[in-house]
Amino acid sequence: MKTNLYFRRVAVIGAGLTLFRRRMLETPQELAWEAARKALDEAGLELKDIDCVVIGSAPDAFDGVHMKGEYLAHGSGGVRKMVSRVYVGGATGVMVPNTAWYHVASGLCEKVLAVAEEKMSPARPHPQSIFRYIWDPILEKPLNPNLIWIFAMEMHRYMHVNKITKEDIALVSVKNKKNALNNPYAQAAANITVDDVLKSEVLVWPVQLLDTSPVSDGAAAMVIVSEDVARRYTDTPVWIEGVGWTLDNTEWTGRELAYPRYLEYAARMAYKMAGVERPNKEIDVIEPYDPFDYKELHHIEGLMITKRGEAPKFLKEGVFDIDGEIPSSPSGGLLGVGNPIAAAGLMKVISIYWQLKGIAGKMQVKRPVHTGVAQAWGDLMQASTVIVMRN
Amino acid sequence: MKVAIIGVGWYGFRPNTKDVSFREMMFEAAVRAYEDAGHINPRTDVDTFISCQEDFWEGIAISDEFAPDPIGGAMRPTMTVTGDGLQGILHGVMHIKSGLANITVVESHAKPSDILTMRDIIEFAFDPMYRIGAKNVHFLAGLDALKFMKLRSATREDFAKVVIKNKYNGLKNPRASYAANIGLEDVINKEYTIYPLTDLDISRFVDAAVVVILASEDVARKYTDTPVWINGIYSATDSTIELSELGEARYMKIASKEAYSMAKVNVKEIKAAFVDDTYSYKELQHVEGLGLSDNAVKDLREGEFEKGGKIEVNPLGGHLAKGRPLEVSGLSLLLDAVEYLRQGVVDKAVVASWRGIPTFTGVVGVVSR
Repeated sequence: MKTNLYFRRVAVIGAGLTLFRRRMLETPQELAWEAARKALDEAGLELKDIDCVVIGSAPDAFDGVHMKGEYLAHGSGGVRKMVSRVYVGGATGVMVPNTAWYHVASGLCEKVLAVAEEKMSPARPHPQSIFRYIWDPILEKPLNPNLIWIFAMEMHRYMHVNKITKEDIALVSVKNKKNALNNPYAQAAANITVDDVLKSEVLVWPVQLLDTSPVSDGAAAMVIVSEDVARRYTDTPVWIEGVGWTLDNTEWTGRELAYPRYLEYAARMAYKMAGVERPNKEIDVIEPYDPFDYKELHHIEGLMITKRGEAPKFLKEGVFDIDGEIPSSPSGGLLGVGNPIAAAGLMKVISIYWQLKGIAGKMQVKRPVHTGVAQAWGDLMQASTVIVMRN
Repeated sequence: MKVAIIGVGWYGFRPNTKDVSFREMMFEAAVRAYEDAGHINPRTDVDTFISCQEDFWEGIAISDEFAPDPIGGAMRPTMTVTGDGLQGILHGVMHIKSGLANITVVESHAKPSDILTMRDIIEFAFDPMYRIGAKNVHFLAGLDALKFMKLRSATREDFAKVVIKNKYNGLKNPRASYAANIGLEDVINKEYTIYPLTDLDISRFVDAAVVVILASEDVARKYTDTPVWINGIYSATDSTIELSELGEARYMKIASKEAYSMAKVNVKEIKAAFVDDTYSYKELQHVEGLGLSDNAVKDLREGEFEKGGKIEVNPLGGHLAKGRPLEVSGLSLLLDAVEYLRQGVVDKAVVASWRGIPTFTGVVGVVSR
């Protein structure tokens, strides 16, 4: 993989979020515009200043719209401009700023609006019915698998290989839902205990209700610009220093589920670009993708913040707490804030941006931070996207 | 930095491909592209992979799950651009120009023969607020064509001339399943599918896969002596149905202006155009949007779009002859342009794609020898 270190510098100068909620009344276009408007306001730009729009949204069927990029273009501010929608399943949220990065770094665009939107509630009776159609249409679909089944397998495998208990994992849910109490956009913030998680409804063993993130609607947006523009609009730009993404093969059944090797590859790509050699020493704050509590641990290991199987030990020691050594999901993550899939990934990137800019309010981590990493995950447990940012 | 096309591969362009799955089609096209590029190995030589597709066309939610394996992109930076293949080329160019990649592979595939409910799928592409359950999915094209007729004083015969020209040109193209030598009467005497268009004015669907390999200038020289350069490429979206301009292709105007500026090219230097002709009138509308003609109807009548004219438009047939392979449409036009340039017929060509109803997005590329 070539990682040219001589590309144009690219900065984030504005971000916006909508509330994350179940069954928002706004249309997907309206949600996208609400987030985009806030991002433009924070950046001090008007829509007419934007020359390119990058859109991210996960399965088209959630919003019930075919060619969803075209549909969202208007709400995302993409009127008579270059507009594209990119897609790597659940990992789309971080792919959006990664794509906006190369729009600017290539010199084709100067000011890009990156927007991610998801409305899962139109899927009736439940978004799981959309997930029935993600499988191989010949080999797997006839078995009608449920998505939570395969996550249960993955969680079980992670616990078995690394000798991790349910209690170890439940601590993630406790931490993230507590962090979300500081987040004004959060849907599922709560002060819960490990016991609450262990007593919650079993969905597919070992996945229980409080191990999972909720179904949500929401949108997120960022303004991503070239260095010259950034210097004109702010004294505190946050730089995108590394981007990475990887897709593993489609055959999840043949994969070692205990470790996300695709994430390790994506992280190596982003770290190489950003010059990060020792992630555990050089990264100050992380937002790993946490649709399930075990996934945050899985991803901390894939990001090489800890060795394989060691994330639970550090979690128990408080390393990943908001006042810990490497705060993880200070926003509250998907478990606490909600999970409108693509928007949730971009929300994680925005969280890191606000942390590095020092405007995260009550979410601001206690230690000074200079390097942050956000990550998302998706497809058939095969895709990961990583972004490294610095202030 | 210039970006080159160093290899192309295709499979299908048939109304039905019962004997292969979409993944096998992708594999066939990819193998041919890697061979064409001088036996490159995707596992070691390619830096990034882009696949262009849409969930609803595929009948799979999260269809990008199936992108990596058939093109050699597993455990590599593979991504999907949910759009026309030519939009994928635009992203590939950005991958190379940003320094992210030396070699990028762009793939697109389509299997409309698998879609049993095409009308319903197209209906889902309309804003849910305005879904009217039209029995005829071409109604918007009918309105657009009528407006164009009014603006340009075009007649049914003008549209028929586009059909005749493109179907005839397609006879030279091995990918043209719907090529034919037909006369004016054949088109005019047909019953209307939607006024003012007959079913001969509307391109038919085909199954196809195309893979294109892009490389930075330095790297391209290592692999081939005959690269095709992408001098400029840009895309633009007009807006939604309510706010877009019917009767003209504003998206093409915006995209072509930027693409020409990037390519530093004067339109008069361009001698061949490979433009979307999903509907016969669209070719004329797009030629005008691209600034290749001030009055496309007049130029068509004077034979300016045929060999020996001012500019050859769809000299290898366009979609009316080759069929419309959904998201592969743009790459199918690019493929024609690459072949035309490789044959040495022209030095410079413009490729322009539109995503089809009900979208208002166009991509324009300028390519040269």
